[in-house]
Amino acid sequence: MNPFLAIRILKLGVKSLLLHKLRSLLNMLGILFGVGSVIAMLAIGEGAAWEAQQLVKRLGPTTIILRSEKPSEENQSATSTARMIVYGLTFEDLDRISGTIPSVKIVVPVRKVVKEVWREGRRTDVTLLGTIPKYTDVTPAKVKVGRWLTDFDYRDKRPVVVLKEDTARTLFPAQSPIDKVIRVGDTAFKVVGVMGPMGTGSAKGRSSADIALGAYTPLSSLRERFGDINAQRSAGSFSIEQVDVHEAEVQVDAIPHVLPVAKNVRTLLAKAHPKKDYSVFVPLEQLRLAERQAAIWTIVLACVAGISLLVGGIGIMNVMLATVTERTREIGIRRALGATKKHIMSQFLVETLVLTLAGGILGIAFGLGLPPLVNLFAQVKTHTPLYALLLAPGISLLVGLLSGLYPAWKAAGMDPVEALRHE
Amino acid sequence: MTMTMARLSGIRRYYWMGENVVKALDGIDLEIRKGEYLAILGRSGSGKSTLLNLLGCLDRPTEGTYILDGEDVSVLDDDELSHVRSRKIGFIFQSFNLIPQLTVLENIEVPLFYQGVPPKQAKEKAAELAEKVGLGGRFHHRPTELSGGQQQRVAIARALVNDPALLLADEATGNLDSATEKEILDLTDELHDLGMTVVLVTHNQALTSRAERVLTLADGKVVSVMTREEMDRAEEAAP
Ligand SMILES: Nc1ncnc2c1ncn2[C@@H]1O[C@H](COP(=O)(O)OP(=O)(O)OP(=O)(O)O)[C@@H](O)[C@H]1O
Ligand SMILES: [Mg+2]
Repeated sequence: MNPFLAIRILKLGVKSLLLHKLRSLLNMLGILFGVGSVIAMLAIGEGAAWEAQQLVKRLGPTTIILRSEKPSEENQSATSTARMIVYGLTFEDLDRISGTIPSVKIVVPVRKVVKEVWREGRRTDVTLLGTIPKYTDVTPAKVKVGRWLTDFDYRDKRPVVVLKEDTARTLFPAQSPIDKVIRVGDTAFKVVGVMGPMGTGSAKGRSSADIALGAYTPLSSLRERFGDINAQRSAGSFSIEQVDVHEAEVQVDAIPHVLPVAKNVRTLLAKAHPKKDYSVFVPLEQLRLAERQAAIWTIVLACVAGISLLVGGIGIMNVMLATVTERTREIGIRRALGATKKHIMSQFLVETLVLTLAGGILGIAFGLGLPPLVNLFAQVKTHTPLYALLLAPGISLLVGLLSGLYPAWKAAGMDPVEALRHE
Repeated sequence: MTMTMARLSGIRRYYWMGENVVKALDGIDLEIRKGEYLAILGRSGSGKSTLLNLLGCLDRPTEGTYILDGEDVSVLDDDELSHVRSRKIGFIFQSFNLIPQLTVLENIEVPLFYQGVPPKQAKEKAAELAEKVGLGGRFHHRPTELSGGQQQRVAIARALVNDPALLLADEATGNLDSATEKEILDLTDELHDLGMTVVLVTHNQALTSRAERVLTLADGKVVSVMTREEMDRAEEAAP
């Protein structure tokens, strides 16, 4: 088609819609809500899973984190003596998990003991994290300076530590800590390495010990030197507790096995710990949960969008049919003045498309405004993807095409002589 | 180059209304010379509009051939007929048939846009014609803001904007008072004097006075074709 004519037809469409502003606006509402819902839907779909995805990315999709939890007061009294609380995961639990549940690659225990560390006459509280050398295989932690714990360290129960970055900085502000000796309680430990940064993001899924000052040491060394009983002084009160393992990371061999393994782990632990003095955290489950929540929102909004677009489309078709009838005379005049069927067809189709596109653009505004509202009421994270904004005009044009084609075709098919005679 | 603008031979236009056949045109043979001013006279329902629509390529005959300006248009399809209308025909209707939401200038421009004329050029041409038919200063009025005579001037300007070979007027003054009627007829005369081929349809014999030839229709058939002189003589003969 001639470009001047194409522009003219476009202008005609815009003009015709501006002529009946209210009618056009009402006519657009369906598209507006439809497109808005589509955008909100995609924003919620993307957003809800995003946080969980980040978590999984950080902790690893095949990780299951077990944690000992101090039982509540009434539960304590049943099995604890007045002075000592015994609770949490045991080495036996971990052996059973790695020994009896297939697909479990490895179970990495972490035992935490808070000790006074002396360094050049200064005292600091440091959490000693007793673990096995495989620890670095299952966590994002990496050694920055020096070396990590070795199998020999473990076998020989050597008194060595790898300091966390902050801890190294606190204890050795001015010099390299490597090969230096620190006094932990009554025992001398040699510093063999310093960890790198632990990665950013929220601390969800990790215990506070990860953030506080800490040093890694072989679990064997820890048990050898400090035993299994933990005297803890906290906020002025003094408590003695016995906890084998504070935290353990179970690595599963493949993602599809994670949820079944998690189920087995739960069953196993539930049998051994009727007090429920432990917790099981599965990052992948969080992701699935978030995805399910996102899916529900997606379905709801998809229904809203679908219905809005359908009803909106039908409404537009109806109005366009009325418009065509109303303007029969005009069609006859244009035909008499040289317009072809194609010209008439494009005039009415373009008019519909301009209408739906305008509705779509208003719909984008609506769609951008909706997610924060949903956020407010439903605590669902949202994230509007760019492609959603590109999709909106596409949807509007499609609806315009579907609802405008028939009225336009009807207009084009009118007999010129009869159209001219129309009152 | 022939001197014939339009040649109709054996033209029939039938309408089927259930069992009945309405023979709106029933065997018309007619030749219109270039630059001729022809009037088609007949009572209501005699087939004048049907014939004019056929001449304007707005309708197709049931039977017969129609050669317009050397081209057989009776075999053309809808698109081709649209192009013929666009290039060669100018219509003036009894009810003006202006597009209400467009201004005077925009109405006049319409045929040019279907020819793909650039907007600026179209606007200039439209303004020139509007000026010529005496609509200076009313370019941006809407049809409803104009008198009947002014509206018909817009329609005439619009009919002329594509430099048509054939100007077709169907009861062009039917909705106008006699003074305005005279103005419009004067305008038509002027166009004819400038070489335009004009076909004027009317049921009023008085309006045929300026035509060079008058064709009288009745029941879809040609009753008589008379030149101006023959008409005058016939009028004198009649009491
Ligand atoms: N679409 C149609 N369907 C059926 N019959 C038609 C149709 N169009 C015209 N006719 C018939 O054809 C005949 C001629 O109609 P036409 O409009 O040409 O008459 P006319 O001479 O222009 O009359 P008027 O002076 O009233 O305008 C009439 O009998 C009319 O009823
Ligand atoms: Mg008529």
